Amino acid sequence: MSTLAVTTTLNGETVTFLCEPHETLLTALRDRLMLTGTKEGCSNGNCGACNVILDGTLVNSCLVLAAEVDGHQITTIEGIAGPNGLHPLQTSFLENAALQCGICTPGFIVASKALLDKNPQPTEREVRHWLAGNLCRCTGYDKIVRAVLEAASAGATKE
Amino acid sequence: MQTFSYRSVSTVEEALAALASPTARALGGGTDLIPMVREGRRQADLVVDVKGIPELGRLEIDAQGNLTIGAAVALHRVYGHPEVARRWPGLVDAASLIGGTAVQGRATLGGNLCTASPAGDSIPALIVHGATLIVAGPAGRRSIPVAAFCIGPGRTVLGPGELLIAIQVPAPRPRSGAAYLRFIPRNEMDIAVASSGVALQLDAEGHIAAIDVALGAVGPTPIVVADAAALALGQAPSAEMAAKLGAAATAAARPIDDVRGTAAHRKRLVDVLTRRAFMAALHRIG
Repeated sequence: MSTLAVTTTLNGETVTFLCEPHETLLTALRDRLMLTGTKEGCSNGNCGACNVILDGTLVNSCLVLAAEVDGHQITTIEGIAGPNGLHPLQTSFLENAALQCGICTPGFIVASKALLDKNPQPTEREVRHWLAGNLCRCTGYDKIVRAVLEAASAGATKE
Repeated sequence: MQTFSYRSVSTVEEALAALASPTARALGGGTDLIPMVREGRRQADLVVDVKGIPELGRLEIDAQGNLTIGAAVALHRVYGHPEVARRWPGLVDAASLIGGTAVQGRATLGGNLCTASPAGDSIPALIVHGATLIVAGPAGRRSIPVAAFCIGPGRTVLGPGELLIAIQVPAPRPRSGAAYLRFIPRNEMDIAVASSGVALQLDAEGHIAAIDVALGAVGPTPIVVADAAALALGQAPSAEMAAKLGAAATAAARPIDDVRGTAAHRKRLVDVLTRRAFMAALHRIG
């Protein structure tokens, strides 16, 4: 059960951290790297609060071991905003009041970023399908879906 | 979470050496294994990450049109492959409804098979597509038809130290189509209450030349509807035939009452799902 050293590209920067072999990426992000924007909800892959982008693919960080990301690239919510301020998705979530308590919001924004990177002009149906793995207990989803569609129509492209 | 050691391997030989320990477990996408270990439903002293083995990451169609899917290929690669989507639609139906987007970014067909849930969506679909599994172990390699792989809830024919390497899906036959449907009470992100996969082939005259029907979540393992061929072969497809196949599915089902549904509901569901999957498979014949 020896401690492992993991080197990864995290939000564009090379980072090395230590972790236990059984530790999830979610735990390492929050408790070792102090990136607490990624939230823990269910810890079994149902809620999406812990979504991060791993090598360009949306994943649940609660279902990835920290040891697995050695040599890989991760984007968390902290890496979504660009050098000039908020990402258009973040602005759109604010303008549409697409959050209430906010615990699911980082996951929704990361998931939506992964969607728009792949499909810049999704239909409402495609947005709802893509975000089915993200649970929000406050908003009823309509404002979230509206925020994603508005960001897409405003041309929220890769940053 | 219980503690365990982690080892990433890059060859099948390394993996088999590590998996020789009875408390070692192979890690693919981890979407089943990690929560199971966390919740104490599986024991593991050593987790062997097999994603670095090139053979387990292959997704290839050979010159004869046969498909090989490495056991560690994530679902989004399967349904995101345009040729796979066109040629094996029943498999793609199943791969695109396991979990949500983030789970599909990681989860594998190999893991869905080895978890061996009675409700595992890919298993009936792989059965009707005629898929075979390649397994490596201490005694060498062997191949196992998917229909013979699961022997109970969470139990497979894999022996100690064996590792699932790849899934081989034969080239689609001429004038063939397939579909997989399940019932869940939500639109997305749930476990099948019941499911049905149908693959069929027509001959040059438009009569049924081959048919396979397999059911999920209505027994301890996926169930092959053995009567389907006798009911359909040599005849022209019709709504009456779909109804007969639905009745055969109901008769073959061995469901239980549980938190997701009653046995009676499941028997009714496999009737409806089989009829619909038959018609969907028929419509997909190009």
